[in-house]
Amino acid sequence: MIQLTINGLPQQFESPINVTQLIDHLALHGKRIAIERNGEIIPRSQFSEQILVHGDQLEVVVAVGGG
Amino acid sequence: MDNLVIAGKTYTSRLLVGTGKYKDFNETRTAVETSGAEIITVAIRRTNIGQNANEPNLLEVLPPSQYTLLPNTAGCYTVEDAVRTLRLARELLDGHSLVKLEVLGDPKTLYPNMVETLKAAEILIKEDFQVMVYTSDDPIIAKQLEDMGCVAVMPLASLIGSGMGILNPWNLQIIIDNAKIPVLVDAGVGTASDATIAMELGCDGVLMNTAIAAARDPVLMASAMRKAVEAGREAYLAGRMAKKLYSASPSSPTDGVIARADTTTKKSTTGKSA
Repeated sequence: MIQLTINGLPQQFESPINVTQLIDHLALHGKRIAIERNGEIIPRSQFSEQILVHGDQLEVVVAVGGG
Repeated sequence: MDNLVIAGKTYTSRLLVGTGKYKDFNETRTAVETSGAEIITVAIRRTNIGQNANEPNLLEVLPPSQYTLLPNTAGCYTVEDAVRTLRLARELLDGHSLVKLEVLGDPKTLYPNMVETLKAAEILIKEDFQVMVYTSDDPIIAKQLEDMGCVAVMPLASLIGSGMGILNPWNLQIIIDNAKIPVLVDAGVGTASDATIAMELGCDGVLMNTAIAAARDPVLMASAMRKAVEAGREAYLAGRMAKKLYSASPSSPTDGVIARADTTTKKSTTGKSA
């Protein structure tokens, strides 16, 4: 079991997953997003290579309306 | 053709609009389309975990293929937050580097913190962002931001969301006179005449959000703003007449005025004497 903090909320996963799997799990496939892991941006090209481990803190952001 | 050029890219519309505060995406899209804006600002925020599946995303409604998106740093009070936000924005938009930088100083007034803004701008420029920077109307700071390499400077007319219009046209004029990069009024526009005045002063463009979104009829206001910016730009290019206290310069000719009638020698029409 690993615990990730995603946008401030803890979430459990059975085993380490890669970013692509996380995105599918969050139903964000095909959406324009950007992800920061422990303060560093993960480039899209590395989504399937980067394995998330217990304790990782993630920010998953999208564009929203704003001035 | 009188086009707006920012960071080497040409735009026809001098009206830029924000996408916040609308009642739904439908209204956002209609207002943006009616405004004729080509550059639109967006904010970068955490996605709602667990609520995503069928919800449309703003960028599906206003796609990057149709608009130039300008990610902002709304809600950022520190250099670090602003820089992080724009790095994320660039990643989200596939390397698009034209951004709006704002670093706020105070959540009540939303007045910009210019010390932090200067620091953030420097970092972002070194990382090859094309920075359109929201600034106070301090002409010295505006020039410093230009000199360090910002691609546009965006002084406030008045506080964000206040609708007070241009409070200090004199400072704006100084900024415009000193600038070699585009100057766009950003923040505080409330109604059409505010936008027109900004353009008449010589601004290169106007950025607004609340003025449209908080109008009773946002789509109609978007239409008004489009015309207001165009009218102000034409008036500026046409070169206005001088203002004088008085001019003794009527618009009608002074000769050929009929003579005043002389009533003391008027004759009776029947020929009878009085």
